[in-house]
Formats: sequence, C-alpha cells, structure tokens
Amino acid sequence: MVRNPEDSDVWAVLESVLDPEVPAVSIVELGMIRFVERAPGGNLRVGISPTYTGCPATDVIVRSAREALESAGFAHPEIQTVLSPPWTTDWITEEGRAKLEAYGIAPPVGSSADKRSLFAPSPAVRCPRCKSLQTTRVSNFGSTACKALYQCDECREPFDYFKCL
Amino acid sequence: MKWATCDLADYALRKADDTLVLGQRLSEWCGHGPVLEQDIALTNVALDLIGQARGYYQMAAAWRADGSTEDDLAYRRDAHLFGNHLLVELPNGHWGDTLARQFFFDAYNFFLLEQLSKSPVEEISALAQKAYKEVSYHAQFSAEWIIRLGDGTDESHAKIQQSVNRLWAYTGELFEDTDLDRKLDGAVPLPSTLRADWLQKMREVFALATLELPDPNAYMQKGGLHGRHTEHLGYILAEMQYLPRAYPDAKW
Repeated sequence: MVRNPEDSDVWAVLESVLDPEVPAVSIVELGMIRFVERAPGGNLRVGISPTYTGCPATDVIVRSAREALESAGFAHPEIQTVLSPPWTTDWITEEGRAKLEAYGIAPPVGSSADKRSLFAPSPAVRCPRCKSLQTTRVSNFGSTACKALYQCDECREPFDYFKCL
Repeated sequence: MKWATCDLADYALRKADDTLVLGQRLSEWCGHGPVLEQDIALTNVALDLIGQARGYYQMAAAWRADGSTEDDLAYRRDAHLFGNHLLVELPNGHWGDTLARQFFFDAYNFFLLEQLSKSPVEEISALAQKAYKEVSYHAQFSAEWIIRLGDGTDESHAKIQQSVNRLWAYTGELFEDTDLDRKLDGAVPLPSTLRADWLQKMREVFALATLELPDPNAYMQKGGLHGRHTEHLGYILAEMQYLPRAYPDAKW
C-alpha cells in the first residue's frame, strides 16, 4: 500500500476508526484500506476491502469511516468497496498483529495458505496468554467470521485465533 | 462486453439463489446445533453464504438495470422464478443429512469458484476470489464431518451412508449444462466440466470415511435451474419473505 505523504491527514483519521468486533485494532492496521485518492479540486475517495463477504461489521465500518472523515472536515468522502484483489490476513500490519495478541486474540500464523489440499496440517498457534505453542484447534469457526476457536494445552484457557484468509 | 447483460444477470441470480437458500436452511440450525461449537460453525457458514448471495444479487440488480434492488430479488420473487439447485432447498433432516448436503455443495462450490475466479467478467471474478477463500474453510469442515461420521461408530456410519444415498439423486443437477451456461461460454465454466474434480474429491473423502460412493450414473433429479422445485422451497420462501412482503416499506 503506497501512502502519499500529503494524505497523511486522511490516514490519521482512518487510523482512529476501530473494528467494531475487535476494538483493539484499527481498519488501517487490519489492512482494509486499499487506497486514498484526492481528485484535483474534488472530493476524497477511499477504497475499503471487506474482510468476509457476510461480515456484518462491514456496513458499520464504512459508516464509521465516513462519519470520522466528515467530522474531520472532509466534505462528502466517497467510500468505495474494493473486492479485488480479495482482502487477506497477510495485509494485517505488524502493529495490528501485536495489538491483537495483547487483546487476547492470537494473530494469523504465516501467510494465507493454499487451501486446495483439504487437510493441510494446521499451524502451531501461540497462546496469547501464556505464549505456549502447545495449543489445539477446537473449531475452525468462532464468535465472528474471522476467528477460529483454540484451547491452550498448558494453561488450559480457550482463546480466539484470527484465522488465515 | 461480449456477453449479454441479461444473461449475466440470470446467471448471477442462479448463484445468488443457491447461496441464499442454503444460507437460510443452515440458519435454521441456529440454537439447535448438537454442541455450541458446531452450532456456531454452521451459522458462520450460513453467514458467509448469505454474504456471497448479497454480492450476486447486487451484481444481478446492476445488470438488470430495471430499478430492482438486491432485496427485491431475494424477497419479492416467487418459487418458480428461483433458479437454485434442488439440493440446497432440501430439509435439514438430522446432523448427518445436513452435513452430507453441505459436503456435496461445498465441493461443487469450491471447484466452481476456482473457475469463476478466472472469469474475464471482472464483477464475477472479484466476488469469486473472495468467496473461494471462505468456501475452502466450509469444504474442510464438511469433509471432516463426513469422515468423522463415516469412520465413527456403527450407528453414525450407517446413518451417514443413508444420508449420502438419499441425497445422491440431487447431485447430478449440479453439473447440468443449460442454454444459459452455453450462452455465457468463456465467461463461466460449463457445469459438466466441474464433475471430474468433484467426483475425485468424493472418492478421496469417501475412502477416508469408509463410505460407499453411490453410482455416479444413477437416475438424477432435475428442475431447479428451470424453476421446477420441490415442495420445500415454497415453505422456505414463505418464512423468509414474510416480513418484506407484509411490510413492503420496512427498512433495515
């Protein structure tokens, strides 16, 4: 993602917009912002990639981004949904990953794997509490579309894992 | 564009109907799953499918350019205008029935999306690339359950084999080539070309599950793509469409 230095004011506003389901990370840290453009003398355009097609947070995120930009003084920002290339967990920033872990959600491990082989071994996921790598996947589906359920074999705590997509 | 937008709209509608109807069916499990994790898993899959349906309906509405919206297409059409496959409208039955139906559909959807991701029609390939990643998790989930139930106890083995045998007649339609698919040659794959990969996946997973693959050349049910549905679809629509039909101006 190329960031134009003159758009740093826009990025700063977007960095204040948090994911409503995971309020520890911003939509910039999640890698959801695809572009920021200013038409000469015209309005601001921001491209946002939804994380999952059915994620109910997407509508909220688009609305929050628009409101944040408007209250920062950008008149009528245009928010465009960008489906292609599809959002991937590879775009979550290093800071984003650290914040997820501090919040109690294990960040995605490695890059989004090729899923053509149905039964690829699941990666070693680190427990966000005791940092043990001895963890077990309970279910690939969790409380939101982006998370899987894990349990730590050492401290026995269940935890969420932000799964690779 | 080389293809007529009305044909692309009809194609998107079929895909939208498949994912909406199956998403609605799976949502019926919400609060009734055998354990919490599996309840959550099925509703997650349902959510993804309904998200994909929205994408297809939005596409169809844009191509129709007749003022209809995604909601009109989902909530104001009657059963004979739905172009979903019969498989997805069948009742949930027991857990094994639901997972057998899901595995048949997930594997089909997986190979379909793999091809649609390469479509020269940008709207289709963008949604397909996105959905493909979600569906690979669905297919993994349903395949794991086929293996767990098939290679489980005598009772689970017998029940899942029955589910597979009973639903098998509804799998042929997934690979039926229609005039619409032929008119869209180059934009979308011919369904029959997906069959070899799908059958191979069935053989692979059924072997692990110690299940018997039914005869691929057995008699197959058809009609959904042409609006001829089982009696079940009307009941699904009656429940799903009740609110927008009773209160036509209701807003989210």
